Amino acid sequence: MFELIRSNKRRSVLLVAGFVVFIALVGAAIGAVVGNGLVFTLVALVLSGVVAFASYWRADRIALAVSRARPATPEEFPRLHNLVEGLCIAGGLPKPGVYVIDDPAPNAFATGRNPNHAAIAVTTGLLDKMNRVELEGVVAHELSHIRNYDILVSTLAVVMVGTVALIADMAIRTMWWNGGRVARTGDRADSNNPLAYVGIVLLITAPIIAKIMQATISRNRETLADVSACQLTRYPPGLISALEKLKADTTVTHSASTATAHLWIEQPMSGVGDDGKLGGIHRMFDTHPPIDERIALLREL
Amino acid sequence: MTALIIVIVVVAILVGFVIVSYNGLVRSRNQAENAWSQIDVQLKRRLDLIPNLVQTVKGYAAHERETLEAVVNARNASIAARDTPPAQAEASNMLSGALGKLFALSEAYPDLKADQNFLALQEELTATEGRVAYARQFYNDSVLTYDNKLESFPTVVIAKAFDFEPKEYFEAEEQARVAPTVEF
Repeated sequence: MFELIRSNKRRSVLLVAGFVVFIALVGAAIGAVVGNGLVFTLVALVLSGVVAFASYWRADRIALAVSRARPATPEEFPRLHNLVEGLCIAGGLPKPGVYVIDDPAPNAFATGRNPNHAAIAVTTGLLDKMNRVELEGVVAHELSHIRNYDILVSTLAVVMVGTVALIADMAIRTMWWNGGRVARTGDRADSNNPLAYVGIVLLITAPIIAKIMQATISRNRETLADVSACQLTRYPPGLISALEKLKADTTVTHSASTATAHLWIEQPMSGVGDDGKLGGIHRMFDTHPPIDERIALLREL
Repeated sequence: MTALIIVIVVVAILVGFVIVSYNGLVRSRNQAENAWSQIDVQLKRRLDLIPNLVQTVKGYAAHERETLEAVVNARNASIAARDTPPAQAEASNMLSGALGKLFALSEAYPDLKADQNFLALQEELTATEGRVAYARQFYNDSVLTYDNKLESFPTVVIAKAFDFEPKEYFEAEEQARVAPTVEF
């Protein structure tokens, strides 16, 4: 477990470093074509530094806010609070913040930067559809993310992936609005806007980079969190039956977005066909392993 | 000169090792002790909830004196056995059994089953039972970590030198392993 925590901290550093380098490169590329390389690189460096710093301190709140989570009071949700407290005792963890999201799709995620600054959020759909042991399994899964420091990497990624997605969007917009048009025959000689090249490159690379960032973060640790959840509850059937319910449920989690997809216990995005299997390309960039594989693994415990 | 440096380095490494293992042992021992006191906290919490529950049930099913008395007696026994771990384990198992009967009883009283106060208490007690079990589990996990450190080389040397005592696991009594029987 300590090896896992160390690896997560290392990944976090790598993620931040990779992000800063990527943004700096974008700045340098823009600078190079515009002709003021140093200034643009510096601006990009400062910007990415600010974003990285802000994500460390604020990303959990950002993740909660974009998912429209509200604090759950012990009076309104006694069972949820009781389960969280019990499992925290089992894992020797401080009690995290408990949030609910008004969404009929059953799903849950954990966020924060360390066990002392952590939060878990569940949808009202999850509370309605799960019985006590199933809910306990799901909460244990989320607490395992907290205990293993998965939350640090994945929460940082929310902001970083979000920023990269934003840049990609901006690149698209500049092209749409003719802000950076490549010279065409018939144009006047000086209408060539080299920014367009940067835009095209970004357009292609940014989404791929964002996807790769997410995929490396999430996949293995979902399975790992499933297993550690059973170490907490000592009762695999609870989580198994919860995962089966999640699989059977086809409601789309509207509170999730591309940037937060990898946080949730069940992958909230499409890409799963009617047969419940994933296409080859989807699989490659998938944030979660298929639920069937997760269930099969838990059955072996 | 080089010999001296080598000696100094070796001594420094040894001292560092002693400090690190000693602190590690202390940390594990404290965690186990804290886990033990956590069990007490949860057991006390359960005892505190019972008078309320008994009052609520009395309002609907006062004539079920036997069951109610069993719960009260088990609670008193549990309080009396506070300081002796084996007796306490037995008493708290008795209490679980008595509570199980009480909750089974509620099935026969629709009014009681619909009482908000009763439902809240039932949820609290179920959760507290769970917490007691989890606290014991965490205690055993902590003891496992501590005892592992105590017995494995090289920390075993430090443990012997500073008189660290191994800790005992909490083991469920025979009674607790069988689910409490409910009779009507």
